[in-house]
Amino acid sequence: MASTSKHGAGALPPRFQAWFARRGWQPRAHQLALLEQAAAGRSTLLIAPTGAGKTLAGFLPSLTALDAALRPAPGTRPRGIHTLYISPLKALAVDIARNLEAPIAGMALPIRVETRTGDTPYSRRDRQRRMPPEILITTPEQVALMLASPDAESFFGDLAVVIFDELHALAPSKRGDLLALGFSRLRALSPGLTALGLSATVADPDALRRWLAPQPNGLAELVIAAPTEAAAPVIGILDTAQHLPWAGHTTRHAIAEIHAAIQAHRMTLVFVNTRMQAELLFQLLWAENEAGLRIALHHGSLDVGQRRKVEAAMAAGGLDAIVCTSTLDLGIDWGDVDLVVNVGAPKGASRLLQRIGRANHRLDEPSQALLVPSNRFEVLECRAAVDAAYAGAQDAVVSRTGALDVLTQHILGMAVASPFSEDELYAEVASAEAYAGLAREDFDACLAFVATGGYALKSYERYAKIKQTPDGLWRVANPRIAQSYRMNVGTIVEAATLKVRLGRARRSAASSVIGGRLIGEIEEAFVEGMTPGDTFAFAGEVLRYEALVEDSVMVTRTHDPDPKVPSYAGGKFPLSTHLAARVRAMLADPASWRHLPDQVRDWLVLQQRLSVLPGQRELLVESFPRGGRHYLVTYPFEGRLAHQTLGMLLTRRLERARLRPLGFVANDYAMAVWTLGDPARRIAEEPGFLDGLFGQDMLGDDLEAWLDESALMKRTFRSCAIISGLIERRFPGREKRARQVTMSTDLVYDVLRRHEPGHVLLKAARADAASGLLDIRRLSDMLSRIRGRIVHKGLVRPSPLSVPVLLEIGREPVHGEARDALLEEAAGDLLREAMGDDSVADGLIAGGSA
Amino acid sequence: MLGGHRLVADQAGALWWPERRLLAVADLHLEKASHYARHGQMLPPYDSIATLERLAGVVRRRDPLTLVLLGDSFHDHGGAERLDAAARDRLARLGAGRELIWLAGNHDAALPDSLPGERTQTLDLAGLHLRHQPDGDQRPAEIIGHFHPVARVATTQGALRRRCFLHDGMRLILPAFGSLTGGLNVRDVAIAALSHGRERIAFVLGNARVFPIREARLLPDRVR
Repeated sequence: MASTSKHGAGALPPRFQAWFARRGWQPRAHQLALLEQAAAGRSTLLIAPTGAGKTLAGFLPSLTALDAALRPAPGTRPRGIHTLYISPLKALAVDIARNLEAPIAGMALPIRVETRTGDTPYSRRDRQRRMPPEILITTPEQVALMLASPDAESFFGDLAVVIFDELHALAPSKRGDLLALGFSRLRALSPGLTALGLSATVADPDALRRWLAPQPNGLAELVIAAPTEAAAPVIGILDTAQHLPWAGHTTRHAIAEIHAAIQAHRMTLVFVNTRMQAELLFQLLWAENEAGLRIALHHGSLDVGQRRKVEAAMAAGGLDAIVCTSTLDLGIDWGDVDLVVNVGAPKGASRLLQRIGRANHRLDEPSQALLVPSNRFEVLECRAAVDAAYAGAQDAVVSRTGALDVLTQHILGMAVASPFSEDELYAEVASAEAYAGLAREDFDACLAFVATGGYALKSYERYAKIKQTPDGLWRVANPRIAQSYRMNVGTIVEAATLKVRLGRARRSAASSVIGGRLIGEIEEAFVEGMTPGDTFAFAGEVLRYEALVEDSVMVTRTHDPDPKVPSYAGGKFPLSTHLAARVRAMLADPASWRHLPDQVRDWLVLQQRLSVLPGQRELLVESFPRGGRHYLVTYPFEGRLAHQTLGMLLTRRLERARLRPLGFVANDYAMAVWTLGDPARRIAEEPGFLDGLFGQDMLGDDLEAWLDESALMKRTFRSCAIISGLIERRFPGREKRARQVTMSTDLVYDVLRRHEPGHVLLKAARADAASGLLDIRRLSDMLSRIRGRIVHKGLVRPSPLSVPVLLEIGREPVHGEARDALLEEAAGDLLREAMGDDSVADGLIAGGSA
Repeated sequence: MLGGHRLVADQAGALWWPERRLLAVADLHLEKASHYARHGQMLPPYDSIATLERLAGVVRRRDPLTLVLLGDSFHDHGGAERLDAAARDRLARLGAGRELIWLAGNHDAALPDSLPGERTQTLDLAGLHLRHQPDGDQRPAEIIGHFHPVARVATTQGALRRRCFLHDGMRLILPAFGSLTGGLNVRDVAIAALSHGRERIAFVLGNARVFPIREARLLPDRVR
């Protein structure tokens, strides 16, 4: 690790020293340390909190090097790009380019900075290709596109520095995989390339250091910004005077207290975890807002124009508060925020720190933060997060195994660029950390998939997309393939959404709405649950659903005091492993409860008296009868996704044990399953029954069998099919309807699963499901942790700890695969009047005859 | 009842006419995957065999004297030539010992002679009129394919989208039988307009049985 103390400002050229001095700034130690590493050509990871001058640190090496290189003989252009800066967000790229203007203009550096995003017009991209700027600021998708061009070699041949911003957020995702693969190509095009990664604080930086260096053995240098420059944040947890709810996420009880906190500060960012919570909280705050505070709303479903307006108002100091989601976690510098309120559970220590860091970019004052738990379990989680924040503890960035569907996209892109040798490409791909463990046979399967679909039993040889030339190189079969690659590049597969247009109500006439200003987008699934006349909260207003016109939901303003609230798919984070461990430790240690609010402490004491509290490494399973059914409730604290998977698998096992399970619900902390049979009796009569029930082998055959049938798997497969190009996102000239894509990938999945279960895309989808929607890694870790440590408590009534999850019943969909039962319910009356005879399995066509 | 005959919607998506021992299926769209592959989307080349195996399953259960393919049996005009030996063999066995009748569809107007069975444009039997597409509006007791009807059913836990038969008292539309054939919502104007406001019932294919569902419970698709 590089020390950050020994570097004087002497490492900076005089022109730069003078510029710093003119602004009354001191170059920070980590800026100089990074400069020294980069000047020596060593790839480096910089870890620094928000507001520590990370961006400038990243650019300083390039600015000084370019200044030295260009000044003697300016105008000896054009050559390739010198520095590539990759940002996860389009908006951030533009923002950074603007911020970079200050030092470049201030020092009169002969350096051209340009951006390239999906919005950059073709003419400017073309100019950039002919006359490359010294510094190009762009996004991962654009890197893939530029690399898949025949001029990639000359464009990137002189590349000296590549900077990855927000690497901690980007690396552990499919976008990160795509970027890692592009990076491996950049290294091949420009062997002397220096890579700089900028990251927020993470627990285990080595995964990111490996990401930045060629594998198998590469490890980038590490520079850590000294944390002492900023005063430690002051983080409080709201100790509400109101009744603290058992369950739910509305935080309705604390609205007056949040409003008071906003009023007591200059400018407040109110973070919530989902867009649904953002809409609801915004409504509630306005209802409370007799003081007329200027409060705005910001989340990812709102129209971009509206979001920009809010950002501008905030920057100009024209607002008192913004209610926002993780859209404001990253990036843009706000200036005058002096309070960050986090409503609901923070879910991870790192996310909390990043959000708190949004307050007060002047490092001399401490950031102020207030956590507002929305229910009792969240109090525990908030407490754990605050302890973690003060201890400087962070969630780890888990290194991931690169996705195969992303690899197939990359392989096609490389063929589009220029003919390649498969051995060389394999070596290049395996130099990326995420693909270092890639088996050659998996690579070959991906290559075969790109060429002909990779089907074992039958081949599309004659339609191959890439073909081997006599000298063994792979090239694209025709220019149409290249065109289609460019249209389908990227790893972001959107959920089907509808535009929301606000119109004016019209009394008469056939169409009930006229006009229609675009105010945002909403998930299709939410609209499906509504009929015209229903009301809902969106974009900070209460709207009435009028009609569906093509791809738009037409709405009008209304004043319904009790609107439905959209439930958005995005934005639910699982509880981090690190925080979960802290919560378990807290439960097991009554001495630590003195920091908790009275209501929560009383609850835990009651649990201790009426049931038990599990030890830190134990798993508590409670059983009790209720309403003619038997309940099993367990508290793994592994997050909703892992609990849903557990519930699904336990249900299968209970079924086999003839306990006749009826359904289950899960939240972030617990899982409850109910049965007709009595599991408590079985546990008492059959030693080892419970251990068997929670045996790790549930992740074997049961999982495979269930997974292949599950709707989750179909959704996962859809995204793999689109990313890999099996299904095209869109054709030149016409967008494919999202609904059509969904249908056909489901059908493709069924055919493929039956006829070639070992196909590479099924493998990719299974891997995705395991790490993503099902969180199997966490479930597996948990099952091995609790082996032999299951504590069973038989009760006669629900325990205090079980109340929150039991309250989720009816609020959350009950899981199961009972599709036919649902259809039967819908058929209802018709089925009852239906025709007795031989129509058990079939529908007899009834109805009026002609 | 249609045209005075008792007809059964088989859960597999086929129409069974017990009195005549006649089985009808529509829109097999064989060789759809290879058609897409020619244009660069390498869909699994198992759709024809998957479709024919499912058809063989219904044929085994019902043992019809007559098997009617209601048109668009192939996805495109060259489809029949691309059919591989295994699928051809499957097809030959399906037609063995019974009458096999191919109605012409818009995707497969002309079929090669190498395929077994008879070919015709339309088939009129005992007052029932079988054809690929509707023939004017006023003909009673018509049985057609072509539209690939699917129903989106509102349930207490979100909407389910399933293939269905659609019956309006005058006309019966069969679901598409092909393994890779998508569907058109019965609320879509292209299908809805056929019924001129007559009450419609969808016979929705569940996993193990068929569910008759009134129009009021059927949702339109959302477009994007």
